[in-house]
Amino acid sequence: MPAGTLYRGREGMWSWVAHRVTGVTIFFFLLVHVLDTVLVRVSPEAYDDTIAIYKNPVVNLMEYGLAAAVLFHALNGLRLIAVDFWSKGPRYQKQMLWASVGIWVVLMAGAFYPIMQHTLRDLFGS
Amino acid sequence: MATDTTPATAHAVTTYDVDNPAPVIEPPRARTSKTPKASRTNFELYGWLFMRLSGILLTVLVLGHLLIQLVIDGGVSRLGFAFVAGRWASPFWQAWDLVMLWLAMLHGANGLRTIINDYAERDQTRFWLKTVLYCATVWTILLGTLVIFTFDPNIR
Repeated sequence: MPAGTLYRGREGMWSWVAHRVTGVTIFFFLLVHVLDTVLVRVSPEAYDDTIAIYKNPVVNLMEYGLAAAVLFHALNGLRLIAVDFWSKGPRYQKQMLWASVGIWVVLMAGAFYPIMQHTLRDLFGS
Repeated sequence: MATDTTPATAHAVTTYDVDNPAPVIEPPRARTSKTPKASRTNFELYGWLFMRLSGILLTVLVLGHLLIQLVIDGGVSRLGFAFVAGRWASPFWQAWDLVMLWLAMLHGANGLRTIINDYAERDQTRFWLKTVLYCATVWTILLGTLVIFTFDPNIR
């Protein structure tokens, strides 16, 4: 690793790290996701067999994680735009990060049942 | 570097005028014939701007996509060929997916390009990682575009 990667720590650096980690995660998923969608041109069976993977309990949980990564990346990206283009953005960057994290926690808590309901019904019946 | 300037402590107040001009400071990014070809354009500026503009659009496109595919109305349970056929019957959702595909791939590829430039220190490593990245990006965009335009609900 290049020297001095710890930078100055705190909110600014950690949000930057999280933005990179979530960004790379989403990009690699996107490559796979376009390829699985290509199967609609092969046959309905090939597509449905592959989409069945999305309904596996473990993969279902990974989808929740993917949604969490996308939502964080989106909220922090909007904060980044505010830091760059809003004159008071840099002054409020910490407050905006904690606001993003707050919105992220609330929305992810609300999304838990809707996203996981397939698995929850599978495991606990009806 | 301006090493020959008078220390601030020597004269409490220094005023520059016609007879006593301020030292000329070279613009740090002045482009001359010695500037490497790769940095003579505004590519990085446009890349920076693209990340922000596409980011705003992707917030709507991708979060909307996740909401439809994973959250509302039973989530992942109802996904399958019939679901795709139903949605791509409408030009609106075809256009949505097409714009999302292009913007997300280019946004992600540019992000990964930045990360490769940051962490791969050897010229050769950087070159090959970016070559693989660009091939994967072009291939995925073209394949995805082809599928959206040639989708046939009556394939079987």
